[in-house]
Amino acid sequence: MGPAPAPTHSAITLQVNGEKYTLSVDHRTTLLDALRERLDLTGTKKGCDQGQCGACTVLLDGRRAVSCLQLAVAAEGREITTIEGLADGERLHPVQQAFLDLDGYQCGYCTPGQICSAVAVIEEHAAGWPSAATDDVRPEAGVPELTAEEIRERMSGNLCRCGAYVSIVQAVARAAGAEEAAV
Amino acid sequence: MTTAPTRPAAAQGSVGTAHTRVEGRDKVTGAARYAAEIPFTGLAHGWLVLSTVARGRIRAVDADAALALPGVLAVLHHGNAPRLVTDYVGMLGVPDPTAAVFQHDRVPHAGWPVALVVAETPEQAREAADTLAVRYDEEPHDIAFSAARPDAYPVDGYTPAVTEKGDVEAGLAASAVVVDEEYTTPEEHHSAMEPHAATARWDGGRLEVVDSNQGSTWVQSELAAMFALDPSAVRVVSEHVGGGFGSKGVRAQQVAAAMAASVLGRPVRVVLTRRQVFSLTGYRSPTAQRIRLGADAGGRLRVLEHRSWNQTSTVYEFVESSAGPARVLYDAEAHRTSQEVVRLDVPSPTWMRAPGEAPGSFALESAFDELAEKCGIDPIELRLRNEPETGPVSGLPFAGRNLAACFREGARRFGWAERDPRPGVRRDGRWLLGTGTAAASFPVGAGASTAALTAEADGTFTVRIAAADIGTGARTALTLVAADALGTAPERVRVRVGDSAFGSAWIAGGSMGTRSWSWAVTEAARELRERLALSGEIPPEGITVRSDTTEAIGALARKERHSFGAQFAEVAVDVATGEVRVRRMLGIFAAGRIVNPLTARSQLIGGMTWGISMALHEEAVRDRVTGAHYGADLAGYHVATHADVPRIEADWVDDTDPDDPVGIKGIGEVGIVGAAAAIANAVWHATGVRHRALPIRPDRVLTGGTAGV
Repeated sequence: MGPAPAPTHSAITLQVNGEKYTLSVDHRTTLLDALRERLDLTGTKKGCDQGQCGACTVLLDGRRAVSCLQLAVAAEGREITTIEGLADGERLHPVQQAFLDLDGYQCGYCTPGQICSAVAVIEEHAAGWPSAATDDVRPEAGVPELTAEEIRERMSGNLCRCGAYVSIVQAVARAAGAEEAAV
Repeated sequence: MTTAPTRPAAAQGSVGTAHTRVEGRDKVTGAARYAAEIPFTGLAHGWLVLSTVARGRIRAVDADAALALPGVLAVLHHGNAPRLVTDYVGMLGVPDPTAAVFQHDRVPHAGWPVALVVAETPEQAREAADTLAVRYDEEPHDIAFSAARPDAYPVDGYTPAVTEKGDVEAGLAASAVVVDEEYTTPEEHHSAMEPHAATARWDGGRLEVVDSNQGSTWVQSELAAMFALDPSAVRVVSEHVGGGFGSKGVRAQQVAAAMAASVLGRPVRVVLTRRQVFSLTGYRSPTAQRIRLGADAGGRLRVLEHRSWNQTSTVYEFVESSAGPARVLYDAEAHRTSQEVVRLDVPSPTWMRAPGEAPGSFALESAFDELAEKCGIDPIELRLRNEPETGPVSGLPFAGRNLAACFREGARRFGWAERDPRPGVRRDGRWLLGTGTAAASFPVGAGASTAALTAEADGTFTVRIAAADIGTGARTALTLVAADALGTAPERVRVRVGDSAFGSAWIAGGSMGTRSWSWAVTEAARELRERLALSGEIPPEGITVRSDTTEAIGALARKERHSFGAQFAEVAVDVATGEVRVRRMLGIFAAGRIVNPLTARSQLIGGMTWGISMALHEEAVRDRVTGAHYGADLAGYHVATHADVPRIEADWVDDTDPDDPVGIKGIGEVGIVGAAAAIANAVWHATGVRHRALPIRPDRVLTGGTAGV
């Protein structure tokens, strides 16, 4: 008798949108596939499955991450927020409402990732994080103005093939209360 | 029972007013389910295996190791797959054999589907697919596309291969000014954000497919033909579609899923990986184009010759109809156009947003800018001097041609009058600045469609039509059209699309969807109002009428029917780094009556965004040695992202098609037409250098440098 085969599955608990889910997953299962195939949270989209398009963006402990490059087993203990967890009951998150009102989408497939990314962008900006579009990155320079250029730079990990970028940028600016700066 | 409304509840027009998408809430909350997201009990997962050679025969598929892996249920390949019918002519012609999977041992291109591995989970299927040993007898392949190929031949596609009048050579000899240049565009990919996905289930002799496509009755009819079924035994549902752009018809995933579901007797889902999308779902062929223009000193054309070449596969003949714009935009005594193809060991190309017009307008509208430069005439004035009275090739009247109005309005808003025509004289720090313009045109038409319209007992209305909303806003547009046709408010109209059970309808393609479906909805509404006027009460099941526009569309007078537009771009070019940045764009369109300004603007801007992407980024490159792509993914194949896209404005002038019941033309494709040329012309204006090969990559800008700056 040889050694026992290494286990291929583990029981894990994922905390998603404030709820705890316990499930047994194949170790190869990505967080994206666990959400979509196991928890039936299909709002998170699979556009490329290799970290290049941003459609699968979720919030991990409040920071954006592409869930296709996370193994589900490694997401244990993290607070996961998906597109399904943003609205407050019937009341849409301000970013969702701005996308709806300003037509910040067309086919809608990149939209959950764009929205999750935008929610984090607004927080990152408010926390004073600079981007490659920030002129003065010294800490004493304070929070940079959230211009259209800043939004475009910070959102560039999220592809939209329908070409809805113009209204997405407007929607992010509106949700951030930065419409004047982002003209 | 309730009493039928004897008078419409609201008579004010909804068409022409901005409405957010009726499915918008579902899309921003993640509730909208796309093809791979509909739950099925007992679902198995299929993973396609594609050829690693570009030409040859499959010697053997050794499935033993794969079948021995946990969870693996079946391996389908040419040696054991069900036989399909492939010698039929479908709604849009003969099928592309790339979709008719596993029928023989020949491999006509790299990335040809050779097997499907089915397992209990996607992880198991993927591992087994990687394990599958496929051995080939490889043969030398040829993927070298060029216009100089002696084996190029003219093909009549949806338009004639050749049109010809007058004497081109004599005209050129007699012309004061001649432009004679070659232009090239690369292989480009649709890259819809949602990869193709299908789930198939058999119930007795009936096939049900949940799919992502541009026409559910189209896919239904193709699958029925392939599997030798009556169309009534096939149902295709495709409610939300994550982009299509021409790539989402019958593809390997539906056929492979249906085969596997029949073999296993349980539902099977096949989702393409992003890399597989690059070889299985079509693409825009590279083009080589030669344009010869001859004009008098005042810029009036004596000669227009536009020749175009594209590649196609050895198994399917596809013509990229790049001569289209030349046949519509400008006339000349000597007018000659041709479209030829070269057959190579490459995947089959297909329609991609503005097929023909997108690459064709790049060449033609670049050449027109060169003619304007040589004549010393403003590019807009040159175009206005060459406005034809009737169709240059057909001689038919135009059903509305407001191109001149687009240029005038665009010039006013863009500030064109202040433009210094000299190239290479504007600087902003390290940037050279330039502006450019180009004309756009795209054919409009209508395809026969049926619609069912129900007056419900509660006073609301339900429209059922096998339309596809691939992001166009079709659901919302049809809601507004139906509301006006019924004389009611949009809130009282429910539109259901994406189900072949609703009856035959035109596809979301050719910029014809909304027009074709609106026609059917309008016809049904007219009949329903007549019925309601006669019947006092609506029974619990409602009153349903059906329309069919086959006859009405067949009776349409022959005219030159097109949407038009004027594109404007401002660019900044850093010749030290080769970087080109688009600073602003404006497009003014004459595209018929605009049903929903909110979503129409999005669609036109989307097309213009594609123009930026086409001009500066997109290029799929094949390795001559392997015949396969380098970097077939969204890192290797660049599409424009947020940081590439400036503020873009799209607007329109009053326009209509007088023969359409709603006045609609079409807006899905005209937005990309001419956009790349406007950018290339702006790059010339910035640098003094013509870029006749797309995309205008940094290395090309560096090599090109500046001329006389």
